[in-house]
Amino acid sequence: MTRFVRSWLGVAATTATLALGAGQAFAQKEVVFGLQCDRTGPTANVGTVLCPGYQDYIALVNSKGGVEGHKIKVLEIDHEYKVPPAIEAHERFKKEGAVLEGVYGTPQMAALNKKLEEDKILGTSPGFGTAAAADGKRYPYAFPIAASYWSQGGAAVAFAKERLGGNLKGKKIAYIFYDNPAGKEPLAILEDLAKSEGFEMRTFAVPAPGLEMGAQILDITGRFKPDFIISHLFGRSPSVSIKELKGKGFPLSKVVGLVWASAESDIIAAGGWGVAEGYNTIQFAGVGKDFQVIKDIEAMYKAQGKNPPKEMDSTVYYNRGVFIAALHVEALRNAIKAKGGGTPNSEEVKRGMESIKGFTLGGLVPPMEITPADHEGGGWVQIWTVQGGKLVKVKDWFQGYRDVIQKHLAAEASKS
Amino acid sequence: MFHRESGVFKTTYGADMALYPLPIAKWTIIALGVIFVGIVPFTVHEYYLSILNLIFIAIVGALGLNILVGYTGQISIGHGAFMSVGAYTAANLAVKLDLPFWLTLPAGGLMAALIGVVVGMPSLRIKGLYLAIATLAGQLIIEWTINRVPAISGGAQASIEVGRPSLLGFSFDTQGRLYFFLLFFAVLAIVATLNLVRSRIGRAFVAVRDQDIAAEIIGINIYRYKLLAFAISSFYAGVCGVLYTYYFGIANYEQFQLIVSIDYLAMIIIGGLGSVLGSILGAVFVTLLPIVIRILMENVGSLFFTAAEMANVISGLRLGVFGGLIIFFLIVEPEGLNRLWRNIRSYFRVWPFSY
Repeated sequence: MTRFVRSWLGVAATTATLALGAGQAFAQKEVVFGLQCDRTGPTANVGTVLCPGYQDYIALVNSKGGVEGHKIKVLEIDHEYKVPPAIEAHERFKKEGAVLEGVYGTPQMAALNKKLEEDKILGTSPGFGTAAAADGKRYPYAFPIAASYWSQGGAAVAFAKERLGGNLKGKKIAYIFYDNPAGKEPLAILEDLAKSEGFEMRTFAVPAPGLEMGAQILDITGRFKPDFIISHLFGRSPSVSIKELKGKGFPLSKVVGLVWASAESDIIAAGGWGVAEGYNTIQFAGVGKDFQVIKDIEAMYKAQGKNPPKEMDSTVYYNRGVFIAALHVEALRNAIKAKGGGTPNSEEVKRGMESIKGFTLGGLVPPMEITPADHEGGGWVQIWTVQGGKLVKVKDWFQGYRDVIQKHLAAEASKS
Repeated sequence: MFHRESGVFKTTYGADMALYPLPIAKWTIIALGVIFVGIVPFTVHEYYLSILNLIFIAIVGALGLNILVGYTGQISIGHGAFMSVGAYTAANLAVKLDLPFWLTLPAGGLMAALIGVVVGMPSLRIKGLYLAIATLAGQLIIEWTINRVPAISGGAQASIEVGRPSLLGFSFDTQGRLYFFLLFFAVLAIVATLNLVRSRIGRAFVAVRDQDIAAEIIGINIYRYKLLAFAISSFYAGVCGVLYTYYFGIANYEQFQLIVSIDYLAMIIIGGLGSVLGSILGAVFVTLLPIVIRILMENVGSLFFTAAEMANVISGLRLGVFGGLIIFFLIVEPEGLNRLWRNIRSYFRVWPFSY
């Protein structure tokens, strides 16, 4: 026992000295960004690619001298998709003086909404979180900054209409979704559109963890026989759906996946590019390496004498990381400019985010306009299709049924 | 909880059951009270208070689960679901009827207790792993129900936003204020559990755990006590869920999924089954360890890794070290941190002699 106690005291003493010695102060003007990540939890397939994308863009900005003379320091915290660690992460960001934070995960965003508002730090939730958060008046510090599930649902129907010859009357659309709040969210829009466009919609819920959906797919392809399928799945389940639909002989060109069912990794896990040929995906950030900013990041790595990281090959999630980082940096840039070069606080950065307009990063970011009332920036998406071993853009930035989405947002606002 | 005399001098049952076995125990409690009420909230940064707040909530939940698993010997992996029952009950009452927290909190606990009894029914017939699976079914059914019934969940997002708790016009809206709010309930839960386990009910629980047939023979109605254990444990879970709801400002069932049940089981197994101090140590350990590992890595890791590698290394290492430490502690002392603490204490009790 003595040996045990003594050795632990030794360990504690060493770590304490090291911890004290390593805390260094920076004299340069520095701004802190908080980033929540899931590199080890159930959606690690997203986090392990998205977060390096974020870090690389910030590193690129810093290597070019920062933003208007300010270096950016990213504080990244992995919360394993659990809620209490996300709260802890937010408090840590606040302590370190973060001017904004990238939240990750729908339940985490729900739990942080109130705290963000109380602490006056903006939090971004691109492509997830509640769709009602697009309303900047009701949720002043929540920023979806990309198409919400409502907008994605609207866009999916608009795309289906285009594919089915411009008229949905009498057509049948199947909606297969992961049975959680995020999965059910687009239903409000889809049901509304089913009435106004006159198509028949049927829903097929896939229970967690979504790895077994043979019954649902059989129900869809064998009994319902839809003209089009909208798929809203997460994690490993998108790949299962692609494989099952292919196995039942359903044409994948009549399937569209929302933004979390649309990465290269899903297609590879489904059995490869050949299997998924024709599968359509909705994207809120540009896909592929054909962007100046991606080339700049590659050049940055080459200048350091390193090879670009393998994460860059998963362009869907990597580019989303770049997308989030770029909008964060742009908000900061607007805030610094508005302050005449001074270091802004979190409320000024929030106003900077609300004045983002005409910032497209060479096509990686949609022509969005974030305003104090619209924190979603318009709900723009692109459609990319699997063609010949890669994702090919088939429809440029568009908004699906914006009027319907806005009608729902207004109804939601009048409820509270 | 912390003290023992240097031998066995007790001559009455009353002395054996006393909350304060020694006069110094009273002074320890007073000192802890001064530290946690008078000093910590006014000197420590808000960030550390927020961690303490999470620990306080976890303590309530861990105590509840320990009453069921540690004291009564009934395995449950539905603890997270009982929390969500409490959370949604309180949130619905707070939003629809505009009730204050001192009504919604016990209401949430009672509703969870009721559901807990129903889910605990199979414990009357089955034990061990079979019961674990039955409670797992309870967890999944409750999750499904909340997800699918808008009357409970409040719509597609299954989230109900609630305001900050307030008492006589005083709103607990900062981490510093919530600290007192949560500390109060954590202390209440600790005191209640300490008293419960030294009462007739607590001894009946232990008898059921150790050998239920023997317990029945000596006149304990095991059906009643098993269900009572489920009810009390679920009540704690429900209160824990209500505290989470007020702390986050929202009730959302995705915050109480299966993984949460497992986390709480981990807490009490690491801390020590069948001990109040063990529940507290386990809650502290499981909440704090990932944070401590990360902060250490952030400071020490820069000596070995570049900034870009750090992010991945921290995430990976944190999980690895966390898992490694759990195994280490369980091998060093399978009965948990509480037993480890007792070993250290009994070592110093006869120090400097070896026995």
